[in-house]
Amino acid sequence: MMRQEPEKTKPPAPVAEEEGSGVGTPLRAREHTETHHPGPKQYVTIAAILGLITAAEVGVYYVESLRDLLVFLLLGMMVVKFALVVLWFMHVRFDNPGYGRIFATGLALAATVYVIVLLTFGVFS
Amino acid sequence: MEEARVLSGEHEEHTSTGLPTTKIAMWIFLSSECLLFGALISTYLLYRGRSTVGPYPHDVFDIPYTSVSSFVLLFSSLTMVLSLSALQRGEIRRFRIWTLTTALLGVTFIGGQIYEFATFAKEGLKLNTNLFGSTFFTLTGFHGAHVTVGILMLLTLVGLSFLGKLPKEKALGVEMVGLYWHFVDIVWIIIFTVIYLIPDPSSGQVTFS
Repeated sequence: MMRQEPEKTKPPAPVAEEEGSGVGTPLRAREHTETHHPGPKQYVTIAAILGLITAAEVGVYYVESLRDLLVFLLLGMMVVKFALVVLWFMHVRFDNPGYGRIFATGLALAATVYVIVLLTFGVFS
Repeated sequence: MEEARVLSGEHEEHTSTGLPTTKIAMWIFLSSECLLFGALISTYLLYRGRSTVGPYPHDVFDIPYTSVSSFVLLFSSLTMVLSLSALQRGEIRRFRIWTLTTALLGVTFIGGQIYEFATFAKEGLKLNTNLFGSTFFTLTGFHGAHVTVGILMLLTLVGLSFLGKLPKEKALGVEMVGLYWHFVDIVWIIIFTVIYLIPDPSSGQVTFS
């Protein structure tokens, strides 16, 4: 009996770019980056984390011994919540990076302009 | 640049970027909204603690009440993604349930905000009372107007689905409304922390009751 050679599988057709490289990414790369959104279980997990952080924010507000660290703790938790919603619920983590870059540009511009304005008027001093 | 065909809605759209132009436009819009809300938040911070007459923030803010409102809006972001996820899987009934739930949570949030504004007015804080009133009502009022627009968009989606005009292939439209809704949520995340929770440093009147 002849030993049968294992069937050679054809290598997948080359994709122009496997990872999205922003606006202008070829169509196939876009499909790769846009179709893998999380499932309901992951969304519920993220929502639970967001809920816990919000509860921690409110809890920290009432702890008098943390008064000196209050602003830093609250800002830190705010940034984490912001990032979780943008990355997971708005799918920036999963979609083409071009979308995230567009949003980051507006956010960075706003942050830069208004921090300069607030610094000019001595709000943080 | 190489022209690409993008599946957008029920027909294929030709774009030079390979990305749906609707989605790019929505992200540019949200990006510009950062500047709008950045201006309103900065104005609030600029005039913080500079009111010469009361009521002051610590006189009127009810943190437990606003915390519940925050939970409601945060939870609505979850129902929004579940709604999109359901439509992408072609589960139209679940899509309607989650979208209506999101709209209902939005209405609850707005109802809470109207009650809060009415309570503040009873306590003597109005738009023209002092700098705190002007900046606070302008900021939260703009946010509330955005939530209201979001609710109208959600109800429109439900209406379209009942008319049979929102098949699985048109999930991109729902994703656009979802992006807008989540943006409104992240703006509230900032407002809740910066306006409600971080105490006014210049007044030195912080309540830990």
